[in-house]
Amino acid sequence: MSFVSRGFQGRRRQDADPSRVPPGQYVTPDYPVLSAGPTPHTALETWDFSIGGEIDDPQRWSWEEFRALPSEEVTVDIHCVTKWSKLDTSWRGVSIDTLLENAQTSAEYVTQYSDGGYTTNVPLADVTGGKAWIVYEYDGEPLEAEHGGPARMLLPHLYFWKSAKWIRGLRLQSEDEPGFWETNGYNNYGDPWKEQRYWGD
Amino acid sequence: MEGAALLGRLTWQFGDVVDLVEETAHVKTLVLDVPAWPGHRAGQHVDVRLTAEDGYQAERSYSIASAPSGTRLELTVERLDDGEVSPYLTDELRPGDKLELRGPVGGYFVWEPSVGGPVLLVGGGSGAVPLMAMIRERAAAGSDVDMRLLLSSRGWEEIVYRDELARLTGDGLVVVHTLTRSQPDGWSGYARRVDSEMLAEVGPAAKDQPHVYVCGPTPFVEAVANALVGVGHEPHEIKTERFGPTGG
Amino acid sequence: MDALMLDGNAVAGLLQEVFGAEMTTAIGTCAACGASAAVGAVHVFRGAGVVLRCPTCGRVLAKIVERRTQVCVDLSGLRALATDGVEGGELSL
Repeated sequence: MSFVSRGFQGRRRQDADPSRVPPGQYVTPDYPVLSAGPTPHTALETWDFSIGGEIDDPQRWSWEEFRALPSEEVTVDIHCVTKWSKLDTSWRGVSIDTLLENAQTSAEYVTQYSDGGYTTNVPLADVTGGKAWIVYEYDGEPLEAEHGGPARMLLPHLYFWKSAKWIRGLRLQSEDEPGFWETNGYNNYGDPWKEQRYWGD
Repeated sequence: MEGAALLGRLTWQFGDVVDLVEETAHVKTLVLDVPAWPGHRAGQHVDVRLTAEDGYQAERSYSIASAPSGTRLELTVERLDDGEVSPYLTDELRPGDKLELRGPVGGYFVWEPSVGGPVLLVGGGSGAVPLMAMIRERAAAGSDVDMRLLLSSRGWEEIVYRDELARLTGDGLVVVHTLTRSQPDGWSGYARRVDSEMLAEVGPAAKDQPHVYVCGPTPFVEAVANALVGVGHEPHEIKTERFGPTGG
Repeated sequence: MDALMLDGNAVAGLLQEVFGAEMTTAIGTCAACGASAAVGAVHVFRGAGVVLRCPTCGRVLAKIVERRTQVCVDLSGLRALATDGVEGGELSL
């Protein structure tokens, strides 16, 4: 395109080590809030997290039980399909490996589901092996509702729409089930390093 | 299909910045000349697109403040301190610059004299902009339709179009202010957020079935719409336009 | 009520590009609860794409994703969409 708005810079964009910035992304210090629907407000007394579907021993944890699980602090870069990347974000949560420790399953896929009806799908192999967490703290503070609290998925190696906010459980499946955005134009897998934003990428 | 100028399809076009007018400390009106402007209706808006040197683009919508007038277009912009686009429009843009836009857009939140009255306009902050286009259109058409504006502002100095509204008052146009945060000495007007009691006093009564337009930030619009229903207005007679942050 | 929520007016330009006609005056009927509303009055959220929700029941009416040169639209939450000023303009979905 040839037209340039004289003097326009746009939102604060940071310079960063290019090896940390996937193609087509801009790095920001901000934390924009994007949502497919109204912010749910689930009371901790009623909150629970479930692992179910094609699994021998479905599990459910109350908030207290969940918080009693071994947790870890992780610092990761996150990449939103709307082109924003945020580097060195720090979280605390429970590794999916911990949650699936005793799981007997032949399922290959996982559907994440959330309060408000959002879903997103990932291969089981992409949430295991130290690649994903259910997190409840951001930057040392309880995760705010507008950013997905009480708890959300953190799956940093894929575009951030694959990290469901307000997550309430995982459903293990032998069939892949495209989720909320995957059924409407967004890539089924979503690798930011291959710029897999949309169908056919 | 590419490049075809189909009826109904919008195309991006350029306007020339002719003037910038300070309305209040945080609000400026951009006066544009848009050579290919097809005309517009009061209440419609434009989508504005800015492009940085590296190709980065940002898009926002702004209500048209002016009544239809050839190729002239006025956009009133509130400068949000943490905004990405508004500070550029209010602080950087100068006469002679070009602004990329498309429009006019909208058909739901529109008033023209043929719609008739009575009309109740309720605005909060920059929600005044599309309502002002309606008021200006009414004046330009010489209409004497019963039109009432209830405008909520933080303080006297923050009232957008304050002097012009005072000048236009009369011949069926009533303007009522409520100042929610600070009031000048001797202020005897409303000094609180819009509520059912205020709406009942400002009128018109629900039984007169006015056309109602509410515009402003989402919390304002929700509160006012509920209050209007609370004094008997039918939900389908209330048209709303919510302004807000665009997220990422 | 969410402070982030907007309404159909906010995506009027996008909808006009997709449908080739002014759409905020079109009447949408929710497939979930049957309520009807002008598109200008439906609730709009911006996530990875645009989501239109029924102002009565909150369910998704439509999703819109801009993919480079194309727009992907899911209207499965709408039972019907009746545009203004188009002959025989009720679209059953």
